[in-house]
Amino acid sequence: MNEFPRWKYALVVLALLVGFIYALPNLYPKQRAVQVSANRGATVDVALKEKVQGILESKKVAFTSIDLTNDRLLVRLADPNQQIAAGDNLRSELGNNYTVALNLASTVPSWLAAIHANGMPFGLDLQGGVHFLMEVDHASVIEKQEAHYVDEVKNIAREKGIRGISANRGAQGVVITARSEADREKISAEISRSFGSEVVLTNGATTGDAFGLNLRISPAKLDEVAKNTISQNMSTLRNRIGDLGEPVIQQQGNSRIVVELPGVQDTAAAKRLLGATASLEYRAVDEAGNALDVANGATPPADAKLYKLRESGAPILLKKKVIASGDDLVGATAILDSQSGTPGVSVRLSSRGGDRMLEFTMQNVGKPMAVVYTERIPEVSIVDGKEVKSSRVKEEVISVANIRGVFSSQFQTTGLDSMQEANDLARLLNAGSLAAPVDIVEERVIGASLGEDNIRKGLVAVLIAVGLVVVFVGLYYKMFGLIADVGLLLNLVLLVAILSICQATLTLPGIAGIVLTLGMAIDANVLICERIREELRNGSSPMAAISGGYNKAWATILDANVTHLLAALGLMAFGSGPIRGFAITLFIGIITSMFTSVTVTHVLVGLIFGGRRLKSLSV
Amino acid sequence: MELFKSDTNFDFMALRKVSLTLSAILCVIAAAIIFVRGLDYGLDFTGGTLVQVTYEKDADIAEVRKAVEDHGFAGAVVQSLGNTKEYAIRIKPHEGDADAAKATTDAAKPAEGEAAKPADAASKEADKLAGEVLKALKTARQDVTIHSSSFVGPQVGEELRSDGLVAVLFVILGIMAYLWFRFELRFAIAAVASEIHDTLLTVGIFALTGREFDLPALAAVLSVVGYSINDKVVVFDRVREIFRSSRKGEPYEILNRSINSTMSRTIMTGLTTSLAVGTLYFVGGPALQNFGLIMLIGIFVGTLSSIFFANPVLLWLGVSKQDLMPVTREDPELARRP
Repeated sequence: MNEFPRWKYALVVLALLVGFIYALPNLYPKQRAVQVSANRGATVDVALKEKVQGILESKKVAFTSIDLTNDRLLVRLADPNQQIAAGDNLRSELGNNYTVALNLASTVPSWLAAIHANGMPFGLDLQGGVHFLMEVDHASVIEKQEAHYVDEVKNIAREKGIRGISANRGAQGVVITARSEADREKISAEISRSFGSEVVLTNGATTGDAFGLNLRISPAKLDEVAKNTISQNMSTLRNRIGDLGEPVIQQQGNSRIVVELPGVQDTAAAKRLLGATASLEYRAVDEAGNALDVANGATPPADAKLYKLRESGAPILLKKKVIASGDDLVGATAILDSQSGTPGVSVRLSSRGGDRMLEFTMQNVGKPMAVVYTERIPEVSIVDGKEVKSSRVKEEVISVANIRGVFSSQFQTTGLDSMQEANDLARLLNAGSLAAPVDIVEERVIGASLGEDNIRKGLVAVLIAVGLVVVFVGLYYKMFGLIADVGLLLNLVLLVAILSICQATLTLPGIAGIVLTLGMAIDANVLICERIREELRNGSSPMAAISGGYNKAWATILDANVTHLLAALGLMAFGSGPIRGFAITLFIGIITSMFTSVTVTHVLVGLIFGGRRLKSLSV
Repeated sequence: MELFKSDTNFDFMALRKVSLTLSAILCVIAAAIIFVRGLDYGLDFTGGTLVQVTYEKDADIAEVRKAVEDHGFAGAVVQSLGNTKEYAIRIKPHEGDADAAKATTDAAKPAEGEAAKPADAASKEADKLAGEVLKALKTARQDVTIHSSSFVGPQVGEELRSDGLVAVLFVILGIMAYLWFRFELRFAIAAVASEIHDTLLTVGIFALTGREFDLPALAAVLSVVGYSINDKVVVFDRVREIFRSSRKGEPYEILNRSINSTMSRTIMTGLTTSLAVGTLYFVGGPALQNFGLIMLIGIFVGTLSSIFFANPVLLWLGVSKQDLMPVTREDPELARRP
């Protein structure tokens, strides 16, 4: 009656085994570390490792090890003071070619890391770090879009031969004036044809021979632009701060971005990276000069400049004259080219940029053209006790492609190796045309030691909570209570394992979620045990009581848990930040608790009581 | 071990007039407390200023707190930044300032192009406040310097507050739909009524404590919703079961039996969950204290309302045996076949 087929036992054992393995990495504490990664143009190699070792030894900073992995140096240190000392010394000695960041390093053994078993990353509240709330300046986005429409309207008027059309940005969108009623209707029709529902046109005031026409960007288009702006800015930011450990970049509302850098203590460095501006330029490749020679010290041709390719670092000579710049770029999207079947990037330029591109491509079919990505990173240094603001410029060529034919504002770069590459290029192009400036509206630094205190208290809370519930339930339901306790502990293991697999960030509210889940998880077993008692009271045999208890309790457990799941889902969907972290823990906890408190305990009961003749039950 | 005799048959429903009236009165009082006195919203909601200070020599946290509070910054939150020299002090805007800050944000709304201005004004405000804090601290100790001061935007709170409200509405509607589908409309209404009752009372009692209502507190209120619905569903499940299995189907009698037979589970789960969240309140540290407290209040209120509120409402709504019988199939002939 309470026995199960072999596969069910096997499944339970398998689930628990996987649970244990993936929960295991959380037992390895994180170690303080300083991470050194190269900026473009510099390399991280054995020589640098020796240099770093030399610097640390000469400054008498005690470190436990220096590892060279994935183009990064990881210096592990014993305590926070050494970590800060190491960071400061390395930063000043290595200079601008390297990014030095304070970080926490994992001590998980390699066999666990190999099967992607990693501990949960800790949130800001647990490990300290910096938190920024950034607001996108939508006004400037609208401004840029309107400027684009001004250009386009002039373009249309010229193409269609409508004379005397003027277009300017006004307080309420773009103001277009025509010389006659007929011209106004004509241009209005042409604009509608080109842009469709992107814009809303209304006739404006008429004074003398000036017939006004107002163009406003439609709400739907504004919405779309706002969305694109946010996602563009987010990928730009992600691109820039990827070097700083495990950043969290989240959208909040439709104009805010939350950037969290757990483990990072240096606000100034973070701000510098976040405040950097990027731009983009299309330039012709100089094929007359020899890039290698120039790289080795030869004088470059007067109209050319030496650049490096982003990927390979190979030198390349480019003409100084810019064909089109990031200001001209309206958008770039990754595509799959229908003709060649290869991934590519479709680029849209403004009409001004398109004109210059048309002119250039007419004369240069078959020749290569390069895209240069420039990043300006503001820096503040102290000279003679005064703050001196300067900026460091990072320039690199992100793509070189041959011009296949004549084109203007709309063109494609095809023949890329993979869709991933196409996506990356599109992202970089968009990032280069950084959609809108972002302002930091909120900034918080959370001390690492405060985090340690939180972790300790949180852990103690979890342990005490588990202990109390285990003892109480064991006393109250005796044997069945102990079985429920095993289920509860396994639930904790599974919950931690799933959170680790999902790499959910563990936060303080998340810990609250775990504790609450543990308190409520026992509910299912309480329901089952109470039912078994009832069945026994009604005169059922022990085995029938067990199976009746499980069967009858199941409907209740299901109803109760589904409603609870709904509550967790609501929190997950609408909550943000810490509330979300809490809801995710709760959600996973409800599901794992259903498995452990019903299936696992039933299997255990089957193993213990199955095949025996029972006279009474200990419940 | 048994906390409750299995053959208890207390006539809870006889108390229904008293308990419903009492519940209604308590709800009104709670609502009055919440709306008149208001919740003491934390910095997460109101916005304010964060000042980090550094002492040259060790300073005691109580000493810092006293220095700040003595100079008119009531309700300032002082936190140690990991050692005894650095502290973070969070100050909520003064009453007047709060209105002013609100006015600037409101004014900024129509003219989006000037969105940067209030932020500037706010950071100036933060600097000014930081100066006042420094003055307050200097009267007690001279060796203190401001490390940094920053402004925490109040509009963030506005957004989070409305998000929380939407979440609660979503949860209530979702639960109602599920209960309607699995049980019957009257059960859904009774559950949601007790939900509102429990939330009101919990928040009302919390408001009485005068503690700060922060984000973990909001999460706790939403968990109370989840917990208390769990409690009610278990009793309702029993109501459905007994209705279906009993021949007579007298609602008064059945509701009473349902409460009695689930009583020991109701108390047991309330106890285990209280044990768990109680540890959060007592040992979880200041950050989890509010969460623990609200959950404790919520479990207490939820347990009582499962017994004295949800079922009386159900009876009052006129639940009957017919409502809960499984829907008979279209063709009775088909159903009769083996």
